[in-house]
Amino acid sequence: MNAQRKQRLTLVLMIIFGSGVAVALVAYALSQNINLFYSPSQISMGEAPADTRIRAGGIVVEGSIRRDPASLKVEFDITDYAHSTTVQYVGILPDLFREGQGIVAQGLLDQDGRLVASEVLAKHDENYMSPEVAAALAAAGEMPHMPPTAGKGY
Amino acid sequence: MIPELGTFATILALCLTLILSTVPMIGAYTGNKLWVDYARPLAKGVFFFLSVAMLLLAYSFQTDDFSVMYVAQSSNYNLPWYYKISAIWGGHEGSLLLWVWIQAFWTLAVAVKSKDLPIEIVGRVLAVMGMITAAFLMFILFTSSPFERILPNPPAQGADLNPLLQDFGLIVHPPALYMGYVGLSVAFSFAIAALLSGRLDAAWARWSRPWTSVAWAFLTLGIALGSWWAYYELGWGGWWFWDPVENASLMPWLVATALLHSLAVTEKRGVFKSWTVLLAISAFCLSLLGTFLVRSGVLTSVHAFATDPERGVFILGMLVFVIGGSLLLYAIRAGSVKSESTFAVSSRESMILVNNIIFTVACAMVLIGTIYPLVMDSLDLGKISVGPPYFNALFVPMMSLMVIFLGISAFSRWKETPLQLYLSKLWLPAILSVVAAVITHWIYSQSIEPWVLLALVLSYWIVFTWGREFISRLRHRDNVIKGMTRQSRSYYGMMLAHLGVAIMIVGVAMVTIFVEHRDARMAPGDQIEFRGYTFIFDGAREVQGPNYISDMARVRVFRDGELYREMFPEKRLYTARGTVMTQVALQPGFTRDLYIAMGEELENGAWAMRLQFKPFVRWIWLGALFMTAGGLLAASDPRYRKQVKREAAQRQQVTE
Repeated sequence: MNAQRKQRLTLVLMIIFGSGVAVALVAYALSQNINLFYSPSQISMGEAPADTRIRAGGIVVEGSIRRDPASLKVEFDITDYAHSTTVQYVGILPDLFREGQGIVAQGLLDQDGRLVASEVLAKHDENYMSPEVAAALAAAGEMPHMPPTAGKGY
Repeated sequence: MIPELGTFATILALCLTLILSTVPMIGAYTGNKLWVDYARPLAKGVFFFLSVAMLLLAYSFQTDDFSVMYVAQSSNYNLPWYYKISAIWGGHEGSLLLWVWIQAFWTLAVAVKSKDLPIEIVGRVLAVMGMITAAFLMFILFTSSPFERILPNPPAQGADLNPLLQDFGLIVHPPALYMGYVGLSVAFSFAIAALLSGRLDAAWARWSRPWTSVAWAFLTLGIALGSWWAYYELGWGGWWFWDPVENASLMPWLVATALLHSLAVTEKRGVFKSWTVLLAISAFCLSLLGTFLVRSGVLTSVHAFATDPERGVFILGMLVFVIGGSLLLYAIRAGSVKSESTFAVSSRESMILVNNIIFTVACAMVLIGTIYPLVMDSLDLGKISVGPPYFNALFVPMMSLMVIFLGISAFSRWKETPLQLYLSKLWLPAILSVVAAVITHWIYSQSIEPWVLLALVLSYWIVFTWGREFISRLRHRDNVIKGMTRQSRSYYGMMLAHLGVAIMIVGVAMVTIFVEHRDARMAPGDQIEFRGYTFIFDGAREVQGPNYISDMARVRVFRDGELYREMFPEKRLYTARGTVMTQVALQPGFTRDLYIAMGEELENGAWAMRLQFKPFVRWIWLGALFMTAGGLLAASDPRYRKQVKREAAQRQQVTE
């Protein structure tokens, strides 16, 4: 084997090794960290798995926010206007969280079908509705007040 | 009248770019020097007209011309004047204009700074840059013109700039980031020009290097500014979210970093040539992909709200054309590229190859994590999201590995490096970095955190290996000062950038592991104590701002029983849009930040408060600043100009 071929062989071996390790790591990490999205209807029909982190989204039901007077614990319902799911969360809610706003919560379902959220997201524009929430509402046949033009953001 | 002039200037710029992208290119092929010579004045013309367009848009903002739709959407009478400037790039249309203006600026810079390059190369490079500018100008004019009017009934008041963007961060972050993004088009254009001309040699790498360094430096700065801005503006205290839009800027950065190193090998040793070209192409294509992801509305993110399928299709078409075209050209031409030398398995060349592999693989991982949910969604396989754990699980080990090699490579030599040399030089830094890391960790905290310990070892590893290398350079000189002045600027640039990596690692590890936060319900008079600080909440009162009403809280911070600081976090209501925003109170410091954000108001004057203690968080951006400075310093090395001059002189002699 001459020098050039040897050099090429090393190169090829290194690339194969590198990408092999990478593929294995990627496959492993992806399998551990994918969060599927479920609508309140899907959750109430029992389609969402327990003990797995999921994302759920919907509109915060008017008058459903219940706060614990002594701590930052809060409970509220989200709905796709067909079914609703109760979300439990401890912590500070985002600025854009309010009744009637579309939000996405990430967390685990408990035995009673409540979502114990570790994260609550409301996107940074008041006109904005997450495509996931919008799709969930459309699927449930309810699309109450989509803004005429989607908000412009940077 | 003014906005119409703006459209007119944009159209004129487009006409000039169309000439720029064809005439010099044809001239370079047919050997028509006159045609090639058109490239420089055309580049200047494009920059002039786009500057006019920018100024006219700025004028419309400053005069509150709400008949212009873009101004009405993202400005307001009550907006302070400096935000009326930054509002130019506060939305889709204007940020594209900024993009294309910066592209024109880079084109101009190449036209002016390339006096000593062969004219047919300059012509080709400028022509390729002209094509990119032309594509973006068409995109602006056909789908997203910032000069469009709302007539005959213009609104009396604008909708206001998104309050999130009313901040110093927005004034500086997009221009810096775009300078980086778009600057990669220079390396891309040089690569395409080299492929077209078939002259893919060390000289090509030497021309591209300073441009790539500058673009890389700006990209680093832009990403760091974005991270800093998100840290204090979003109210969560995070500095990196693995948000798709952040990933969109990180991917070109990773490839550009690989390119920067690979160019060094191509210049010095004449190997990796086709690989370097591929990196140059990929880096810019990833910038375009980033633009597509952000601008087409396929992503859910802070940055991408507007969903307009027409725009998405246009950018996608452009993306397919650029990536497909350049890769096709690469496939045709790269086969004929020959390496000019060989190297052994143990050599600086292989070290840089390892760097390249790690960075491209890391980029591929980020790409997969970013694209995967989009692919799944478009195939109707479910709506998923890939969270930060995925990225952290992959990125942290990759970068740790990279840092280990970064240390080893300090003693690598071109062509061949005996393994004994590595061993004889590396054992001392290895021991020292472990010892120093343990001591540092012990001083800071007695409870051992393995991740912090590892990070400190890696950080010291960079410092000690490169420090030793630096000292050994000086030892060959009889006078230390003289030895220090003898080293080139690009050498010091490299040292600065590598030191920046070491600094950043410390910041990332310390703030991730030792961060402490308290989310609490606080009534006036309540106090919370942690990390040696006592925070007393004195209640909130209403304050009137220029375009917002705010609930401003006062928090007194005590240390050792004495008043240390008063901090004033705010909850602002921006009246024009009715948007609520958290204004964080920060007490920055070299070794820690105190960070207070207000949550929502609870009953009886109590508020949900988030108090955070963030150790060494500033070091993350400090590291990035070191890298930026390093990149700029390396690019300013006079040797690039001297070398080019010498070559120009040689060519002169040959032709005479």
